[in-house]
Amino acid sequence: MTIQLAPLILLWPLLGWLTNALIGRRLPRAVSGWVAALSVAASFATALAVLSAFSETRAPGTSLSIGFPLYSWIGAGDLDVQVGLLVDALSLVMVLTVSGVGLLIHVYSIGYMAEDPNASRYFAYLNLFMFSMLLLVLAGNLLVLFVGWELVGLCSYLLIGFWFTRPAAASAGRKAFIVNRIGDAAFLLGLFILFTSLNTLDILKIRDGAAGLSDGARALAALLLFAGATGKSAQLPLHVWLPDAMEGPTPVSALIHAATMVTAGVFLIARLDRLFLTAPGVPAVIAMVGALSAFYAATVAVRQHDLKRVLAYSTISQLGYMFVAMGSLAPAAGIFHLVTQAFFKALLFLAAGSVMHAMHDVIDMRRLGGLARPLRWTAGGFVIGVLAIAGIPPFAGFFSKDLILEHAFALGMHTGNYLPYALGLLTAFVTAVYMTRAAMLTFGGRPADQDAHPHESPPLMLWPMGLLAVLAAGGGALGAQAAGEPLLRFLGPLMPPATEIAKSPPALLLAGVSIAVALAGVLVGWTAHRDRRDPALGPVGTFFERGWYINDLYEAVIVAPGKTLARWLAGPIDLGLIDAAVNGVGHVFGGFGEAARRLQTGYARQYALLLLIGTILIVGYWVLR
Amino acid sequence: MVPPGAYLLLSAVLFVLGTVGVLVRRNALIIFMAVELMLNSVNLAFVTFARQLGAVDGQVIVFFVLVVAAVEVVVGLALIVDIFRSRDSVDIDDVDLLRG
Repeated sequence: MTIQLAPLILLWPLLGWLTNALIGRRLPRAVSGWVAALSVAASFATALAVLSAFSETRAPGTSLSIGFPLYSWIGAGDLDVQVGLLVDALSLVMVLTVSGVGLLIHVYSIGYMAEDPNASRYFAYLNLFMFSMLLLVLAGNLLVLFVGWELVGLCSYLLIGFWFTRPAAASAGRKAFIVNRIGDAAFLLGLFILFTSLNTLDILKIRDGAAGLSDGARALAALLLFAGATGKSAQLPLHVWLPDAMEGPTPVSALIHAATMVTAGVFLIARLDRLFLTAPGVPAVIAMVGALSAFYAATVAVRQHDLKRVLAYSTISQLGYMFVAMGSLAPAAGIFHLVTQAFFKALLFLAAGSVMHAMHDVIDMRRLGGLARPLRWTAGGFVIGVLAIAGIPPFAGFFSKDLILEHAFALGMHTGNYLPYALGLLTAFVTAVYMTRAAMLTFGGRPADQDAHPHESPPLMLWPMGLLAVLAAGGGALGAQAAGEPLLRFLGPLMPPATEIAKSPPALLLAGVSIAVALAGVLVGWTAHRDRRDPALGPVGTFFERGWYINDLYEAVIVAPGKTLARWLAGPIDLGLIDAAVNGVGHVFGGFGEAARRLQTGYARQYALLLLIGTILIVGYWVLR
Repeated sequence: MVPPGAYLLLSAVLFVLGTVGVLVRRNALIIFMAVELMLNSVNLAFVTFARQLGAVDGQVIVFFVLVVAAVEVVVGLALIVDIFRSRDSVDIDDVDLLRG
């Protein structure tokens, strides 16, 4: 049966990683790139085969979950950890998105990294990244998922700090790792709670057993796991690592933002939807954190000058939408947005990489401009990405974002809390503004630097962008009502829409509002930034530019005291106390030895005399006693 | 019949002679001979006491001492020969590598 091939999906990138890690240095650069790309292509093909078999096997209208126990990892007493995979609708959607978008990014990377002497190391990391993410989405056990989760963090650290000779890259890598670690600690605590209360970490058993948990345990476990998700998915307050992650090679940013990393948190909630969405109060928290993150990041993106940082903040913002969807009890909508976001965000990043490639690593928008003419294809791709993310129909982002807003509105009708919807709508407007601004400043007007001679990227980089542009333009069909919502119907049986929200929102009206807001945003962005003008917005603009001073706050509250503490520990404590104690002991024994060495005269006869005296003393003692 | 005390006195005199020899002479061979003198003075004391007490143990121990002395001579002479070869001298005060 073809479904049995599922473990192969993981094997290919692992083989690619091994090849590049072991003998990559001896291969020509292009070969190691193609090895990496082909291994991902093999994964993608395998996933397609598994998908078709899965669709045939699954009875219509039912969910199907197939577990693949591979081996028993830990068996001690009550603890029984099976390493296994889980194939269901959700993991298949994720696998296809990750490997499909990942494949295009791999191909693009071959062109992008053609001049880099460390390309084989790069592709080895890239393959490991794919393996980690695929392991994460295919895991049948939360502990295995956690292994993938940590490996993803490791790979992001390795790739963000890929050019580790640059201090900024090295420290950005560390920042990503440390901030993620904070979330991971919470994640681990969540796992402990789940294990102590359910005695298993098997995902299927947790899904079934979640209902039997006490409210408190469910809420606590869900909140802790959600804290882990905010770390990995760069939501408030653990978002600070993502904008700095721009120090890595641009395709890596595309990979992190679109496919392999930040989506993990959203995926986790969809994976354990029965735990998260039934826990009392938790969905509201998720929705609020998502909405606030979405709004926060959108406002910050308005005043960023680095094109890639704009895109980074837009990722935080889009992930916020996905969490709003989760919090609105519509995980399928969130996954839909995850997929479309993967398309257009990868496209935008690859286009940004193409700009960097053309402008010799200049990415500051104040030094760009007028690139629409020389970089015709790149500009076209970027504009499609902008339209998609801004939510202009019929591009992909419109359908998924609108669906999320619809669900958020329905939640508002149910609970009376319209704040997520309002923030989401506001964010949609700001998103359209700042994305238009980015496009205008980069591609519009006159070039800021007349001496630059930008050149279009090679076909190897343009083709993946072209395919992604098609997906970003047409990907909405996956969830559009007119197209029959294939993705939503595919996920439907596994993640049924919440039944308690019975009232249906006025969908057409909401869609109209969404479109109007998006168009208004594009219009505002267009008029405000024509001829590469860039209004600074006064103190508010500075507030946005500095990211609401959150980084500075962390710097003042956590980093600076930490450094002071470290300096105190290193100076007075380590040098003054510990080293002094160790050296003091050494000095005492040194002085003792200095005194004792005078006994060692080297004269054998003197030794003999001492021997005699000693003997006489001992014998005398025994005789005279 | 000579009284046992005389043997013991002789033994003590020999031992002191040997000890003084070890302590004051610098020639390794002489020191060696002085050590032999000490060993044999002890042998004499053993034999005397064995005779006096009518027990054979003391005599047996003398044989052990002789054997050990022979072995010691072999090893010690080899060392002295080697030192002589490397330094052209058997002056014990010249060998002071262990001085602290």
